Amino acid sequence: MAEFLGAASGFVLLMVALGLIRILRGPGDADRVMAAQLLGTGGIAALLLLGAATAEPAIADVALTLALLAAFAAIAFVKATAAPDQDAAPAADDRA
Amino acid sequence: MSAVLDLFTIVAVACGAFFFLAGTTGLLRFPDTFTRLHALTKADNLGLGLVILGLLPRVDSVFTGCKLVCVWLLVLLSGAVASQLIARSQRRREMNR
Amino acid sequence: MIALDAGLAALIVALGVWVIRARSAFAAVAGFLAYGLLLTLVWVRLHGVDVALTEAAIGGGLTGALLIGAAARLRETEAAARSERPGRIVHVAAALAAIAVTAALAVGVLTLPVPAPSLAQEVAANLAVTEVGNPITGVLLAFRAMDTLLEAIVLLFALIGVWSLAPDRVWGGRPGPQQYADPNGILAYVARVLPPIGIVVGMYIFWVGADHPGGKFQGATIIAAMWLLTIMAGLTDAPPISRTWLRVGLVAGPLVFIAIGFAGAVTAGAFLAYPVGYAKPLIIAIELALMPSLALVLALMLAGAPQRTAS
Repeated sequence: MAEFLGAASGFVLLMVALGLIRILRGPGDADRVMAAQLLGTGGIAALLLLGAATAEPAIADVALTLALLAAFAAIAFVKATAAPDQDAAPAADDRA
Repeated sequence: MSAVLDLFTIVAVACGAFFFLAGTTGLLRFPDTFTRLHALTKADNLGLGLVILGLLPRVDSVFTGCKLVCVWLLVLLSGAVASQLIARSQRRREMNR
Repeated sequence: MIALDAGLAALIVALGVWVIRARSAFAAVAGFLAYGLLLTLVWVRLHGVDVALTEAAIGGGLTGALLIGAAARLRETEAAARSERPGRIVHVAAALAAIAVTAALAVGVLTLPVPAPSLAQEVAANLAVTEVGNPITGVLLAFRAMDTLLEAIVLLFALIGVWSLAPDRVWGGRPGPQQYADPNGILAYVARVLPPIGIVVGMYIFWVGADHPGGKFQGATIIAAMWLLTIMAGLTDAPPISRTWLRVGLVAGPLVFIAIGFAGAVTAGAFLAYPVGYAKPLIIAIELALMPSLALVLALMLAGAPQRTAS
């Protein structure tokens, strides 16, 4: 079981690595912001699997912190990449 | 009983890994920021949910299990919000070009 | 596991190289954020869960947000600065110097005698006296409390350094530009929903640090991030730095720490010594006093130097 979880963690890490290659190359800043989100999901999955494989205690706390701070970083990135005259508020034609 | 739980963990984690694969394939192959955003947010969040579901039988206390579910809910919330914000800012950038 | 470790190490080194060679500051910061969050996994593999928590909080979230703010400010001047980039020879020389330092460190670590000299035995033997279960907290707040006190004061100095960048006419004003967000929009929604959860998680990680990985620093970082989130969404405004409550809050933590240190000099014989039996209450008092100050310092450092007048 520990080997399977470790292998699953390695697989998820590989997916994160491949995703990072695409995202960090992506034209435009919006793609780069997605790096925060990719790590927020894939990184947490790899972390939890790793913690379960090695029976490391208190992994859930690290995952909680990672989730909160990845959300904060993603929002900070979006705020920074929006041009100063347009923030994240919807334009007049948005109704979402 | 523990064999059944182990089997459940293996199946759930394998499904989660498959969804991560699907999400990454979408990331690599989709042509557009918006479509890539779909792949990233939906598939990866579902993969994480299945992985956490698979790890739930292995936790040592109910409290840790609640923490894991909390992690998933937080990631869902932040994923939904971040993808909306990214998509809006990208669309505004393309409209202004 | 070896394959996992090797893959993780290779990924991190590749990311590091990419960050150095990225074309724009934004791309570099995005890569640096991913690098920080992946380092969390490395720390977990090295069984340093406390360090992993700190890396996730500070190295990932807070430093990423700090750098992206800097990159946003530098955006206009980036094209002009490109002509000032150092040439290839300087890059190669810097790379060789960095590799040499890394090799020296690796040789130093790998040639340590087995078992390597460390104070872990003494800490484990004496931890029971401090009445905390987490050896990291014991070291930080009992055996090496002086270092923690000096770190808190250094953070204050760093904040004063950031404030000193303000133009004279807005000294004492509010940091950062005025943030607007549609009060019915997504950003305002998340800034209303996430901070209560984040504050609870931050308090929990602070409290659990006595016996498990955690502590005041990670908890304060989470709380600072949540406060910054509400500022970014425009729900609250950054306070003017001339406000009394702000300045009192900043110095209250270190002052309590210093006061307990002097009390220790009187009652137990040395600065920052704890009388027998009072170790845990004093440690809790120090942590309770330091955490709000730390959260204030971290949030204000990220908010930056004052840019608007106080009104």
